[in-house]
Amino acid sequence: MNKTKEALSRNLETPYQEGFETLVENETAPKGLDEDIIRYISQQKNEPAWLLNFRLQAYKHWLTMQEPHWLKGQYEPIDYQNIYYYSVPKKSGLKSLDEVDPEILKTYEKLGIPLNEQKVLAGVAVDAIFDSTSIMTTYSEQLKKQGILFCSISEAVQQYPELVKEYLGSVVPYKDNFFACLNSAVFSDGSFVYIPQGVHCPMELSSYFRINAKQAGQFERTLIIVEDDAEVSYLEGCTAPQRDENQLHAAIVEIIVKDRAKVKYSTVQNWYPGDKEGKGGIYNFVTKRGLVMNDASLSWTQVETGSAITWKYPSCILKGDNAVGEFYSVAMTNNLQQSDTGTKMIHLGRNTKSTIISKGISAGQSSNTYRGLVHMGIGAENAKNVSKCDSLLIGDKCGAHTIPVMKCANPTAVVEHEATTSKISADQLFYVQQRGLTSEEAVALIVNGFCREVMQRLPLEFAIEAQKLIGIQLEGSVG
Amino acid sequence: MAELLKIEHLNVKVGNKEILKDLSLSIPEGQIHAIMGPNGCGKSTLSKVIVGDPAYVVTSGSITFKGKDLLKMSADERANEGVFLAFQHPVELPGVGMALLLKTAINAKRKYLGQEAMDAVQFMKHMKIRATALGITDEMLKRPVNVGFSGGEQKRLETFQMAMLEPDFCILDEMDSGLDVDALKVVGKAVSVMREAKRSFIIITHHDDLLKYVKPDAVSIMRRGTVVKTGGPELVKLIEEQGYDAIG
Repeated sequence: MNKTKEALSRNLETPYQEGFETLVENETAPKGLDEDIIRYISQQKNEPAWLLNFRLQAYKHWLTMQEPHWLKGQYEPIDYQNIYYYSVPKKSGLKSLDEVDPEILKTYEKLGIPLNEQKVLAGVAVDAIFDSTSIMTTYSEQLKKQGILFCSISEAVQQYPELVKEYLGSVVPYKDNFFACLNSAVFSDGSFVYIPQGVHCPMELSSYFRINAKQAGQFERTLIIVEDDAEVSYLEGCTAPQRDENQLHAAIVEIIVKDRAKVKYSTVQNWYPGDKEGKGGIYNFVTKRGLVMNDASLSWTQVETGSAITWKYPSCILKGDNAVGEFYSVAMTNNLQQSDTGTKMIHLGRNTKSTIISKGISAGQSSNTYRGLVHMGIGAENAKNVSKCDSLLIGDKCGAHTIPVMKCANPTAVVEHEATTSKISADQLFYVQQRGLTSEEAVALIVNGFCREVMQRLPLEFAIEAQKLIGIQLEGSVG
Repeated sequence: MAELLKIEHLNVKVGNKEILKDLSLSIPEGQIHAIMGPNGCGKSTLSKVIVGDPAYVVTSGSITFKGKDLLKMSADERANEGVFLAFQHPVELPGVGMALLLKTAINAKRKYLGQEAMDAVQFMKHMKIRATALGITDEMLKRPVNVGFSGGEQKRLETFQMAMLEPDFCILDEMDSGLDVDALKVVGKAVSVMREAKRSFIIITHHDDLLKYVKPDAVSIMRRGTVVKTGGPELVKLIEEQGYDAIG
C-alpha cells in the first residue's frame, strides 16, 4: 500500500518543462494603471478614437468595481499598480520573419511551434502572441484567398475596423465582470478570426500565448466571427516561464456563431502552476463566451493543467432555436494549485441542447472545483441539458468539489445532472502493474482512461500533446 | 528439467493474520502444475504473493524465479521478468481500451528487456491472430478493460491477455469458477497452444472442471496455508472421489 502511495506522489513531482525565460529587450510602459497608461497603449497601437473611448469607459467603470473573491480558493488582493500593462519585444509586429528577434523564434521552436516558413505546422495556422503582442501569424495570406481573416486583433483594428467595432464587447460587455472590465481597458493583443458565409475553414486555426516579461500582465482579447453556414476549429495553447511572483492573465474570448455555423474551440492550458510550496504561478482569470444563433453549434473543449489559480467558465448563450452548446473539460491540479472552472449554458431559444462533460483530477494538496450554471429561459421550449461531472482523487490531501446550479423557467425544458467522485484504487493500480507498467505509468494510463471522453474531442496533434502533459503533470503524484 | 520457480519455507501475513505457513513448492520449466484445495486454504494468496501484490507481507522464506530473488522485485519488474497472473476477479479500468493496455504492456516489457518497441502494424497482427483464435470480438476489444463484461467474458479476456503477453510463467487463479463449458474449452485451448518446453503454468482450482480440458503434469494439494501433498495427475481423481479429507 505504502509503495503505491509513494509511487503516486513521485509521479506528480516532475518540474514544469516550459519554465525557461527568453532574454529579449522589451518596450515597456511604466508600471501601474491610470488613464495615461491607457492612452499610451492606444496611441502605441495607433487606435481610432472609438476604441480609446471604449477603453476609457471600461476603465472608469472598473474603478467602481470590487475585486471578486467568491471562488473556491484563495488569493491575496492583487496590487494593480505593481503590474506592467504593456510590454512588447522591441522587434515585433514586423512583416517578415527575418525581422523577428531570433530569441523569440527559438522560444517558439522550443515549445514545438515553429514559425519559420519552411517548418510551419502542416495544416495549422498559428498566431503567436508573446507578452503583449502578436509576433507572427502563419498562413494568413493563403486563408485570405477564401475570404478568411486571421490576424492579430491590433491588425484587425487597422484593417477591418468596422468588424471589430460591431462585435467587440457584443458578447462580453465591459461591465460583465471585474477582470473582463480590466481587460476591456487595457487589452494589448490577441487573435481575430472572421469566417465568411458558407466557408469551411480548411485548416485548424491556433493561437499560442506566451507570457515572458517579468511582472507583466497578459490581457489578450480574441474575437471570432463566424457567418451563416461557416465552420472553423480553433486551438489555443499557453505557457509561461517559471517565476517566483504571481502573474495575472485576464483574457476575453468572444465568439459569434451565426445561423447554421459550427465552431469548435479547444484549449490546452499549461501556464506555470507555481512551485511545490505554491510560490509563483499564473492567475488565470478568463472570460470566454459565445453567442449561438439558429441551428448553430459551439463546442468548448479544454484541458487545464497549469496555472496557480484557474478561474474560468467558457459559456454558450444559446439564443437561436435549435442551437447546440457543448463543454468538455479536463482540469488537473497538483501540489497547491486551485482550479474553479466549469461552464454556463444559457438556453434562450426553442429546442436548444447542451452537453456538459467535466473531468476533474486532483492530486497533492490541490483544490479542484467544478462550478456550472444551466439556465433554461422562459422561451426555452423543449430545451435539454445533460451534465456529467466526474472527479478523481489521487492521494488523501486534495479536494474535489462540484457546484452545479440549475435554473429552469420553462416547464418543458429538461435538465439532467450526474456526478461521481472516485479514487484510483490499489486494486486498479496493482492490476495494471501486474501487466508490466510501473506505478507512474499505471496512474497515467488510468487517468487518461478517466479523461478519454474529453481527450478524444481534441484534434489529434493536440490530444497527443495533452496526454503527455497529463503524464508529466502526474509525475510524483502516486501516493 | 531446469527449475523455473522455487518457493522455500514461505510465511505470509495480511494484517496480523498468518495465511501461508512454511510453504514450499518447486516448478520446473515446461510443467503444468495444478494447485487444488478447499476454499480459504490460501491458494489465491499464494498467487498474489508470487506476483507481488503489496497487500500481502512476506514474513520469511524465499521465492526465486529463473534463479533471481523475486521478492526483491516490484510487481511490474516481476511481470516484465515473465510472471503473469490471470485474475480470479479482474479489475475494471474505465475508459482504458484493451488494445491500449496491451500495447503499453508489451512495449514496457520490450523496453525492460532492451528490445525495440512493437509498432502499430505488428501489434495489430499479433492481436488479430490471438483474438480470432480465442473468440474475442473487435467489439470486446474496443470496450474499456473489464467494464460491463460477464464473469465468463472477463476470464476469456484474461486468457487473451496471457496469450498476447506470452509470459514464461502463467498463473491461472480459479479460472473455472462460474465458467461455462465453452469458455473452459477456450482456456484449455489457450494453455495447450501456449505450452512450450520452457513455459510453465500454475492452475489454481478447487474442483476439477478445468482439469478436464488441461491435463496437469503435477498436482499439489493445499490445506490450511501450506502444501500438504504433491504428486501426479492421479491426485485429481482421488480428490474427486474422496474429497479433500482424503489428504491431510
